[in-house]
Amino acid sequence: MTTDTTTAEVGTVVAERDVHLTRDALVRYAGASGDFNPIHYRDDVAASVGLPGVLAHGMLTMGLAVQPVSEWLGDRGWIASYGVRFTRPVVVDPEQGATVGVVAKVGTVDDQGRPARIDLTVTAAGQTVLGKAQVTVAFH
Amino acid sequence: MTTRSAPGLATSPDVTAPRVTDACSWTPALSGGVGRLPVVSVNPELVGRTFPPAPPYLVGREKVREFARATFATNPIHHETAAARAAGHDDVVAPATFAVVVQEATLAQLLAEPDAGIDFSRVVHGEQKFTYARPIVAGDELTATLTVTSVKTLGGNAMVTAESTMTDATGEHVVTATSTLVVRGDDA
Repeated sequence: MTTDTTTAEVGTVVAERDVHLTRDALVRYAGASGDFNPIHYRDDVAASVGLPGVLAHGMLTMGLAVQPVSEWLGDRGWIASYGVRFTRPVVVDPEQGATVGVVAKVGTVDDQGRPARIDLTVTAAGQTVLGKAQVTVAFH
Repeated sequence: MTTRSAPGLATSPDVTAPRVTDACSWTPALSGGVGRLPVVSVNPELVGRTFPPAPPYLVGREKVREFARATFATNPIHHETAAARAAGHDDVVAPATFAVVVQEATLAQLLAEPDAGIDFSRVVHGEQKFTYARPIVAGDELTATLTVTSVKTLGGNAMVTAESTMTDATGEHVVTATSTLVVRGDDA
């Protein structure tokens, strides 16, 4: 869901989306990114280093979380900066997968009333997994 | 430098280059070690060090599309040249985190630096940021150069922040990728 608004008040939700991650999504990201760390696809390796299970790449979580903002922007602008803190891992069950929820809200507006910074709330299994996830946007 | 592996971290036995893992199960350990002396031996003289530029990375259109699919990108500017050009870009636009693919070679340089004191089996990814002068598009040839901007010690762990500045074939700045790596101490 995205809201096609160019002006918006602070706190307005401009986009939200749930993304269901499966193990094949992790393998696909491994190939696309070149990050073949086996904790992202092998249960035995994840267990051997004390993890609760195979984890999504943090950069996959970061990467998918910004997509609702890109869709909301459409052809009107581009993403000027994007930063996150990795605060909790996303455990991806081999059968059930995991669902990552993204809510994008206006954090600040520019002097024309257009969103300048979008703040993301990114959750999985009821907990926030990215901290201080902020996107600044630039309009053409 | 110790070789003892820490719980919560992978040592990536089947990859050849040092790699940062982004497992986050170490978080509770960050509050440990109170009253103990810091034991991480990251070299503080790394601050300000700039590494040689990594070999240029040519951004391929199909690689952008592959990365866009893998990150669930839905905006057509990441997939279709016509949509990207209609939006004013030269070619398909790389998703905002694509620069990590280019940054990777520079982080490998840092982790392999002999006097850095960074045991990559103890490294986790703490923070990541991308700051763009313009979007990356297919056809860009990017050259990335890493500079260490900060080394801090916190609760027995070390935090190393490095900026990889990427320029295009004309030398213009395109994006800076900033990573903060947490190097867990012996007590963690």
